[in-house]
Amino acid sequence: MSDIVAFNSVADEALPQAQTDRVVAGPRGRKPRRALSGRNIMIYGTLIIVALYYLLPLYVMVMTSLKGMPEIRLGNIFAPPLEITFEPWVKAWSSACTGLNCDGLSRGFWNSVRITIPSTIVSIAIASVNGYALANWRFKGAELFFTILIVGAFIPYQVMIYPIVIVLREMGIYGTLTGLIMVHTIFGMPILTLLFRNYFAGLPEELFKAARVDGAGFWTIYFKIMLPMSLPIFVVAMILQVTGIWNDFLFGVVFTRPEYYPMTVQLNNIVNSVQGVKEYNVNMAATILTGAVPLFVYFVSGRLFVRGIAAGAVKG
Amino acid sequence: MQNVSVSVKDLSLSFGAVTVLDTLNLDIKDGEFLVLLGSSGCGKSTLLNCIAGLLDVSDGQIFIKNKNVTWEEPKDRGIGMVFQSYALYPQMSVEKNLSFGLQVAKVPKEEIDKRVRRASEILQIQPLLKRKPSELSGGQRQRVAIGRALVRDVDVFLFDEPLSNLDAKLRSELRVEIKRLHQSLKNTMIYVTHDQIEALTLADRIAVMKSGVIQQLADPMTIYNAPENLFVAGFIGSPSMNFFRGELQLRDQRAYVHANGVDFDVSAYPSRAPFVHGQKVVLGLRPEHVRVDEAASGAQASHRAVVDIEEPMGADNLLWLKLAGQSMSVRIAGQRRYAPGTAVTLSFDMAVASIFDATSENRL
Ligand SMILES: Nc1ncnc2c1ncn2[C@@H]1O[C@H](COP(=O)(O)OP(=O)(O)O)[C@@H](O)[C@H]1O
Ligand SMILES: [Mg+2]
Repeated sequence: MSDIVAFNSVADEALPQAQTDRVVAGPRGRKPRRALSGRNIMIYGTLIIVALYYLLPLYVMVMTSLKGMPEIRLGNIFAPPLEITFEPWVKAWSSACTGLNCDGLSRGFWNSVRITIPSTIVSIAIASVNGYALANWRFKGAELFFTILIVGAFIPYQVMIYPIVIVLREMGIYGTLTGLIMVHTIFGMPILTLLFRNYFAGLPEELFKAARVDGAGFWTIYFKIMLPMSLPIFVVAMILQVTGIWNDFLFGVVFTRPEYYPMTVQLNNIVNSVQGVKEYNVNMAATILTGAVPLFVYFVSGRLFVRGIAAGAVKG
Repeated sequence: MQNVSVSVKDLSLSFGAVTVLDTLNLDIKDGEFLVLLGSSGCGKSTLLNCIAGLLDVSDGQIFIKNKNVTWEEPKDRGIGMVFQSYALYPQMSVEKNLSFGLQVAKVPKEEIDKRVRRASEILQIQPLLKRKPSELSGGQRQRVAIGRALVRDVDVFLFDEPLSNLDAKLRSELRVEIKRLHQSLKNTMIYVTHDQIEALTLADRIAVMKSGVIQQLADPMTIYNAPENLFVAGFIGSPSMNFFRGELQLRDQRAYVHANGVDFDVSAYPSRAPFVHGQKVVLGLRPEHVRVDEAASGAQASHRAVVDIEEPMGADNLLWLKLAGQSMSVRIAGQRRYAPGTAVTLSFDMAVASIFDATSENRL
């Protein structure tokens, strides 16, 4: 580099005046780009339209939930509230009526917490060990096991609902939270195992070999070597499971009794309750409350999610 | 054989339908530095992983210190291993990396500290003990990786291309260090590489491999000067040996290789069996065994050639010439310069040449 600079300065001195001017006046440094080029307009235009498309319903929901019923009857759903009230939120949480009871979404919220946390932990614990065993310990029948698991992922849920009801009944846990947790754990297994297997397969194989030469066994390698390197993929799995299980409606209705209904089912019952007038503000507040948990999870760990997806899902 | 350290008997290994190693036999002496040399994909790492116990063999046996370890776990074989990618545990400090194996083996704390201290002194990594691997340079990482094998007090060190990820300068530094380590520890070391310089400089003996078969097992000088077959001859040496395909001709009490209308007088060649007239052969001449513009000693014939390209390399000067209708390289001293187009006379020292049968490709 310094050679080139030195060469240039020597050349400058030697050149006649007219030629140096031309050298100095020529293009230099970063090439300028126009901010309003056709390409930029296309890209940003599309992005803005797509963003609006997704944000508009959220905007309407928030605005409506903060209005009183008289204001809603005026009919302009896009107008911000003239008088902000949190009454609908309180009602949605603690006293909105479903067909059966009038204690709002709070019951469903705690049910959902009691379903989501154990299901997420158990399914991730099992799937991560599965993935680790499949990726690193090529045991006999591993390929077959993996194939069966993946095929399982493509069977439509509807086909399996009735057989599972029977299985749960025979085990004596039909209608209980335990039964639902088991169902969520099993249904999360194929995709989570695939996720973990791909992630572990992408880690350097020599690391695993080094640990074996060092005398570490199956569990020591899993806990001491693999786990500490796998935070991103655990976050991905956590997000997938928390949002998936929290948003589940079908299994919640089918496999539990009304007192154990998760938040989504409770929400449906509030919104579709036929008595009295439709309280749009309460319904909107209830909907936002139900969606708050997945939203919160995304905001807190979104960055890790992207990193983990990039690391785990791309490599075969 | 006395004092055999590692012995591989009739080892076979296949991945599904692909057979990588087929009834391979290899004995490594106690304290020997053996290099497995071969191009990528020839099965060197596979053989090393079998010895380490990281791969289950399909057939055959492996003995370490006269103990049959064919079915033993890696940790029970008395081996330490160093990998190309260093394979340091990223979340652990250097100290933890060194002591991990000992902790797994439940060695007492004081003993662990003692061994870690000793290894870090030998490898001069004491200032790095508290650092994470990501805070180390490539050379330092590989030193730590060697230390990890060192603390475990093993009989046999296994290296799988340990220097391939380093830049040229570090590579030659660490090469010297590994050699020094071997001289002071006197452990058995098995070292896999595709780099012939590493092989020639480090090895007590080199096993040259091709497609899972050991082509020649000998000390570096024998491998270099008397390659057993055409593959070994072409693989070792840079630039590689010049080959002339031709026919043996015996006349007037002398022997010639007749190639492309040129007669090479090979009477001085120390052939193992008497030459046969008309035999198809390949004559191999190393670039440094060709003399340029020097009086031919004795009855050696000289040949005329024209310099095509000159490649000055400092200490040496490499000339590319045309002889017998093909290009050949000649190495001469760096200060002797020849412009392209210069006519030169060449003479050959056939006592250090190599002649191979053209069909079996084996040395004559
Ligand atoms: N796990 C595996 N499955 C299938 N084939 C493999 C596997 N590992 C290595 N091979 C094949 O075995 C051959 C030898 O590989 P390797 O011992 O790694 O060669 P190298 O001499 O470069 O170290 C290669 O052709 C490689 O494709
Ligand atoms: Mg290899």
